[in-house]
Amino acid sequence: MRAYGALLHLLPKSFRLEYGEEMSAVFEARRRESRGLPAEVGLWTGACLDVGLTALRVHCDQLRQDLEFALRSFRRAPGFTVTAVLVTGVGIGATTATVSVTDHVLVRPLPFREPDRLVKLWEDEPEYSRMEASPANYRDWKAASRSFEAMAAFYPLSANVVGAGEPMRLDGTGVSADLIPMLGVTPFLGRSFTASDDAFGAPKTLLLSHRLWRSRFGGDPEAVGRRVTLDDAPATIIGVMPPTFEFPTRETLFWSPLQLGAEHFEDRNDNFLQVIARVRTGVSLEGARADIRVVAAQLERTYPKENAKVGVAVVGLREEVSENARLLLAALAGAGVCVLTIACTNLANLLLARAMVRRKELAVRSALGAGRERLVRQLLTESLILAACGGGVGIVIATTAMPVLGRLVPNVLPIAETPGVDLRLLAIAALSTVVTGVAFGIVPSLRALSSADATGLHEGTRAGVGGRREALRSALVLAEVTVSVALLASSGLLLRALWRLQRVDPGFRTEGVMTLRTWLPFPKYESTTRRQQFYARVTSEVRGLPGVSGAAYVSFLPMAMRGGVWPVTVDGKTLGASEAPRASLRFTTPGFFDALRIPVRVGRDVSDADTSETSFVAVVSESFARRYWPGESPLDRHFEIAFHDRRIVGVVGDVRVRGLERTSEPQVYLPAQQVPDGWLPFYAPKDLVVRSTGPAGLLLPEIRRIVSRADPEQPISDVQTLSRVVDGDTAARSVQAGVLGAFAAIAVLLAGIGVHGLLAFTVSSREQEIGVRMALGARSRDILELVLGEGARLAVGGAALGVALAYAAGRSLEALLAGVGPGDAVSFSAAVMVTALMTLAGSLLPALRAVGVDPMRAMRAE
Amino acid sequence: MAHTTADVQALLPLPLATFHILVALAEGDSHGYAIIQDVEARTGGALRLSAGTLYRSIQRMLEDGVIVEVRERPAPELDDERRRYYRITAFGTAVARAEAGRLAELVRLARAAGLAPGKA
Repeated sequence: MRAYGALLHLLPKSFRLEYGEEMSAVFEARRRESRGLPAEVGLWTGACLDVGLTALRVHCDQLRQDLEFALRSFRRAPGFTVTAVLVTGVGIGATTATVSVTDHVLVRPLPFREPDRLVKLWEDEPEYSRMEASPANYRDWKAASRSFEAMAAFYPLSANVVGAGEPMRLDGTGVSADLIPMLGVTPFLGRSFTASDDAFGAPKTLLLSHRLWRSRFGGDPEAVGRRVTLDDAPATIIGVMPPTFEFPTRETLFWSPLQLGAEHFEDRNDNFLQVIARVRTGVSLEGARADIRVVAAQLERTYPKENAKVGVAVVGLREEVSENARLLLAALAGAGVCVLTIACTNLANLLLARAMVRRKELAVRSALGAGRERLVRQLLTESLILAACGGGVGIVIATTAMPVLGRLVPNVLPIAETPGVDLRLLAIAALSTVVTGVAFGIVPSLRALSSADATGLHEGTRAGVGGRREALRSALVLAEVTVSVALLASSGLLLRALWRLQRVDPGFRTEGVMTLRTWLPFPKYESTTRRQQFYARVTSEVRGLPGVSGAAYVSFLPMAMRGGVWPVTVDGKTLGASEAPRASLRFTTPGFFDALRIPVRVGRDVSDADTSETSFVAVVSESFARRYWPGESPLDRHFEIAFHDRRIVGVVGDVRVRGLERTSEPQVYLPAQQVPDGWLPFYAPKDLVVRSTGPAGLLLPEIRRIVSRADPEQPISDVQTLSRVVDGDTAARSVQAGVLGAFAAIAVLLAGIGVHGLLAFTVSSREQEIGVRMALGARSRDILELVLGEGARLAVGGAALGVALAYAAGRSLEALLAGVGPGDAVSFSAAVMVTALMTLAGSLLPALRAVGVDPMRAMRAE
Repeated sequence: MAHTTADVQALLPLPLATFHILVALAEGDSHGYAIIQDVEARTGGALRLSAGTLYRSIQRMLEDGVIVEVRERPAPELDDERRRYYRITAFGTAVARAEAGRLAELVRLARAAGLAPGKA
């Protein structure tokens, strides 16, 4: 019989307690009737089947009942249900989205074989700790070091591609043949590069990115083997890389071999290669650093002039992410967790309040014979349904938010822009709400139940007044107010930083300026004269278009390209070590300053008359003039840059080349014609700026026609307005401030709901007390003070704690604040004010209800 | 609790076990094992309710209000303290009647089609 009793444990406890004994009695009677082994076996088989099936059915019955019951109770309290689902959803969604992005950038392994052993090697020079390597140094590092299993090099390139639809300018990467195998990636189609592809002068080959293959070749497998023209040279497509391969960044659309020749190894200061290596198994990063340090020291001894003070920096791939980007993402993930915390707190509060309200209902059900286990099951079902619905809302929120957050993924990593919604994180977030649901929904209900079995049914029992439970609820609401003040103040700080930066004068006027890029390929445009013909034709025809007031070419737009910095030699000037003699170098055609409204302070613009035949001249920025000739006229002074002596003919206003946040080197502008044929191809003007009064959209087709007439094979790329370039400088900040602002708004709303819920509950449960007070002569004002006072206590306490928390957060975010103090009074007082308003709004309805209490009725109800 | 025709109709058709239990209880209060034996005897051994089926049915019948548990017990010498006794309610009788009527109507239709013995 004990065996049958054990079998009965398959049944839900409530059913077993109710009918278990009788079932045993029936089984016992049956057993008495059966004689012989076969009958006994039959009896047991039947019993097992019977109990098993019955257990299954009764469990299903109960689940169905619980679901029906839960749905009914949700329908009875739609306000509670909708609030709980939204609160849960917002918490789950916000956390999942932000933590997914952070994890994607900072934690998840990069999509290569054993990514932890991949490192980048940079030349470490006194002024630039991460400088590209020269081919000669790369070759020698590779030959002499012992800690690396493999070492490969690459450099960014871009090329005009003809032969795949319209001519286009594409960003690609030149790679050494061993790079792709070293990463442990195999092509999706075709083959990877071989040493013979990489030999100097070998026929050109290229690998397509999956994206380019899909967009330009329609995903046609026959594309492999096709020939296209890459900057005027024929090249064969040998394969397509897998969709996840984004190396070195997601901008790369194709790869072609480096093909380094003897000439590339001549100049040890021609730094253009990025070097990546795989550390040998069993060698630590420190070991590898020590090894390469020895190699660098040897090279410095061998080439004391070229390699003076040139060390090697070895950094993990992930360390390429800037400190600011890290901070920004960490801050967002932190804010996401804050929102989840508030959401859980709020849910806890909602559930606690509901548990009080339901005390009577549960007591009734318990009195009607529902066992504790039955009630737990039912409450659990309710919590799970709420969490599941909240999870659904959370997924919607997370997937909607992800593309926006993707803009925060820095483009220095070989990863996709938008991470997928991480299911593990979603599960963790959902679990935290379930735990909240269980801890604050079920436990209090049951505790209320066990203490209230006797009293719960008494008329007039007021649940949850005074005592520990109300203290707990107040503490929870206080926590919500605190976190929302902290979030408000932090987002206020970031907003102030953003505004401050957006008010920074970039040194030029963006309104009405559109820009586009025509990257003239060498050797086709090696001749300076040939380029000049192109520039002159395009700019003069564009200037003839209606509404256009200016057009010019420049090497690079400010902020779009921040580097391009050259050493400067000024005769007769001794320069201190702190005065780094460097300037950012640009070649321009006439009219550039006018088109960008960069003021010409003295002298003149470059002109068409500044040719290779005339004396070499330069236009410099005010800071350049100030630095070398303080208090003197810089006109007609001489200095050397880009291999030539130049005479200053004009001084213009300074421009924020390096963006709004950083100080820029002084600027030097040279006439486009004053460069020998074939020199400095990277600096050949390529960005066209056009100032016009009309809409850019109408202008663009005309400009395309003009460029196409000048050279039918010349692609146009990077079409954008200049304002967009400048906005791009603060885009990540805008997104961050926006996201944090949204979080703060959610937090305030949730805290408002929390305050309202708490006070409404207090008022309704103290109705009698209020009635008595009124009957004893309390005026409406006293009652208002009673309720609003409680709200005010929460606001003051929350604000004090929140301000402290926000100050701590501000201190850790200081690098992102662009000079706004971490204790910025404006942000903090705004945060406190908003919180005060929120608390007032949350207290108002309960306060009015309290004032409206009818003392007679309240007392009679007892 | 007043039950309407709609309440009765909502329970039809009755599961076979439920109908047999109601029939057994129509003759007087009874306990679980006696109901099993009664149904077995009544159907000539064709239907032998298992304990699980019986008590799951009883649970649902109690919830539906077609039977109630009774506290009066037989004389101690005839009683087993583990036993619980059930009684058909007025609502239960109405439900059993309606089910019987429904079955009779089915039989009448079958007869008319020559599918069952007896008068058409």
